[in-house]
Amino acid sequence: MAVELLKEKYRSQVREVVLGATKEEGGTRSHTLKVGGESALPFLHFEGTIPNRPLVAMEIWDIVPEEWPASLKSFFEDVYDDPGAWAKKCVEEYGADLIAVRFKSADPDIKDASAEDCIATLKKVLEAVGVPLIVYGCGKAEKDNTIIGPLAEAAEGENLLLGVAEQDNYKSVASAAMAYKHCVIAQSPIDINIAKQLNILIAEMSTPLLDRIVIDPTVAALGYGIEYSYSIMERARFGALQGDRMLAMPTIANVGHEVWSKKESYISEEEQPGWGDQAERSMAWEAATAGALLQAGMDILVMRNPNAVGLIKKLIDDMMKG
Amino acid sequence: MGLTGLEIFKHLPKTNCKKCGFPTCLAFAMALANGKTSLDNCPDVSDEAKEALSSAAAPPIRLVKVGSGDNVLEMGDETEIFRHDKRFNHPTVVAIAVNDNEDIEAKIDTINGLAFDRVGQHYEVDMVALINASGDAATFKAAAEKAAAKTQKNFTLVTSDVAAMEGALQVLADRKPILYAANKDNYEKMTELAKANSCPLAVKGENLDDLAGLVEKIVALGYRELVLDPGSRDTSKVLADMTQIRRLAVRRKFRPFGYPTMVFTSKDDPQEEMLQAITYVAKYTGLVVLNTTKKELLLPLLSWRANVYTDPQKPVAVEPGAYEIGEVNENSPVYCTTNFSLTYFLVEGDVDATRIPSYIISVDTGGISVLTAYADNKFTAEKITAAIKEYGMEEKVKHRQIVIPGAVAVLKGKLEEESGWEVIVGPRESAGIQKFAKERFA
Ligand code: B12
Ligand code: SF4
Repeated sequence: MAVELLKEKYRSQVREVVLGATKEEGGTRSHTLKVGGESALPFLHFEGTIPNRPLVAMEIWDIVPEEWPASLKSFFEDVYDDPGAWAKKCVEEYGADLIAVRFKSADPDIKDASAEDCIATLKKVLEAVGVPLIVYGCGKAEKDNTIIGPLAEAAEGENLLLGVAEQDNYKSVASAAMAYKHCVIAQSPIDINIAKQLNILIAEMSTPLLDRIVIDPTVAALGYGIEYSYSIMERARFGALQGDRMLAMPTIANVGHEVWSKKESYISEEEQPGWGDQAERSMAWEAATAGALLQAGMDILVMRNPNAVGLIKKLIDDMMKG
Repeated sequence: MGLTGLEIFKHLPKTNCKKCGFPTCLAFAMALANGKTSLDNCPDVSDEAKEALSSAAAPPIRLVKVGSGDNVLEMGDETEIFRHDKRFNHPTVVAIAVNDNEDIEAKIDTINGLAFDRVGQHYEVDMVALINASGDAATFKAAAEKAAAKTQKNFTLVTSDVAAMEGALQVLADRKPILYAANKDNYEKMTELAKANSCPLAVKGENLDDLAGLVEKIVALGYRELVLDPGSRDTSKVLADMTQIRRLAVRRKFRPFGYPTMVFTSKDDPQEEMLQAITYVAKYTGLVVLNTTKKELLLPLLSWRANVYTDPQKPVAVEPGAYEIGEVNENSPVYCTTNFSLTYFLVEGDVDATRIPSYIISVDTGGISVLTAYADNKFTAEKITAAIKEYGMEEKVKHRQIVIPGAVAVLKGKLEEESGWEVIVGPRESAGIQKFAKERFA
């Protein structure tokens, strides 16, 4: 019996954002990457196109990540005091599509590094790898406002993805993106209305930026409230497909950042005998978090564990088969 | 295909008596067509009409029960496409495959041990999928005997050989296993067997068309306790098929697909297999059969299942109050947190692990987490102070020290001022409490 498939007719699609810039385009990247552009819910190839595969970025720090559990840190033992080498290893050995540099050293409670220090690091990473880059500050808004602008200026034309613009602190990042031709992460606290409002605010500064916004809807780790993030994302993506252009941006999730602070990722099997091997469990926790978010429509996953990255890339290969 | 509102309306009493809670029979009919009410709510509907409307009255996806006695697993009865609209009802059943020609006892022991306690919840693997890998009926039956003696878990019996199924059923019929599977060659006999033993019957198609046809034939034989396997095994194809089955059942009331679904993972690598299952749990699968028995892979899977199937409308909360962890006394440390169940149980587990008897004050934040509540002004110095008083902490302990979550360190000054207690800023993650307590309170 022939079953008549139920295919949704959507009115719209997710905007496509280009990351990075080659020499011809005013940057130094070996290639650019496109993200977004879907005209269907995640991987439903039967009713629309998924022109670009979700990307996996690997996160590197500009200080030694003392707080990472040994099972994670050990992958980078030989490089974690050299961000350039670290980035190169992520790309060449572990297949990272992009590199996300987190300028932890700028944190006033860590090293309070200056914009100049951060620029020197960024330059090293730009030289070491050809992939497009994501740039995160230290996470403290006041300090980040003083480094993101100079970093953006120093890398003018590279079309970085700059993080993060928030509702009450978006101007410095958005204007840096505008002035020096970069993309911007618009982060909202798992709230669709705030996500939209923030995009509107950014667009008021510069309409062309609308095609250079990537939404961070804020995610939680598996087992730590991820279902809220998942549902908010599903709603946002559905809204985008139904024609809400102010929500129709590709999305990014800080998966590694959420997962690697949680108990499941570092508690040893001795301390928690029922939970199995710590190294594999923590890797699986990161991969499972990422895999779950892919089903809600996540376009860029920022991750840490190379094995989790490998697994997720295989899953993405499978999901991209029509 | 489901009935339209107008088609339903034709069969209603048309008195507009409002007893159903709707202003008119037509409004009731429209709601029924959309699955928003049930026919039982009209007391005056005739038996003939009931019969005519049975397809509209039936839930879009049938509730199918596996197992017997206290050990019944419910599957199906789903009404939604998106969990943000309304809670998904019956969590994906997780089964582990056991071949009849492997060491049954050892494997079942391992499966029995696949149970986890996390955040106040107990997670377990639900089922054994016993596979007739030997191709031999006697081996299958012997394996069923060994397995049945070893575990109370439910079963899916996997063989397309009717004689082998019959043999295993002599052992396991009372436990009402799922019979896997009816296909185009054996469906008549399998249906007979399922009927005779009142066991749910899995139907395996080669694709969606084939599946729908097979279901219709089985339904024509008078059996409806079905579980559907569309036969796909590639991850993206399974996603597509599961999505179609759910959509057609719920949105079109396409009867052949109005049953719970199942699938086997297809990856040899256990980690990849786990990720396939993560995808299937997210998207509509009623039962997934895995090979791996690795705890470190099943814990994330079962946690994800618990997450997907929580109620999106109301956060799970614990009763606000002062909880005693261990044999407390007047010198016991006092911790405070919110009454979001997830938050509370994480803290409880970690405080318990310190082995120092302690109090935990669970402040009424309306069941939301620490930072969410802080951002929403529900976890404030005033509220914590009120909780200290209300729960009698000033009588319960001699000291005046309270530990707050590291994430809300900013509350320290104000809380000290309000409460007069000394505020100790704890670690950011509750998992840090063990080390913290050892240094501070041991
Ligand atoms: C899920 C979530 C929601 C859900 C809430 C679900 C719920 N029941 O709580 C929803 C969607 C409803 C929500 C709403 C909002 N949210 Co919200 N949300 C999150 C999210 C993604 C996860 C929160 C979570 O569940 N964590 C898991 C629990 C277990 O964590 P926890 O309670 O903090 O407990 C941990 C620690 O604090 C510690 N701990 C807890 N108790 C104790 C006690 C002691 C003694 C110690 C030592 C430690 C300790 O251990 C626990 C385990 O590590 C976070 C971002 C993130 N990734 O964390 C944002 C986040 C908390 N939300 C945020 C905001 C702003 C909001 C809104 C105000 C946004 C808005 N304007 O709409 C609203 C609030 C309005 C409202 N009334 O709901 C912000 C808060 C910003 C800030 N720093 O103040 C966050 C951080 C997102 C962000 N980055 O901006 N949110
Ligand atoms: S109870 Fe029945 S007869 Fe009365 S209004 Fe509702 S549908 Fe019509």
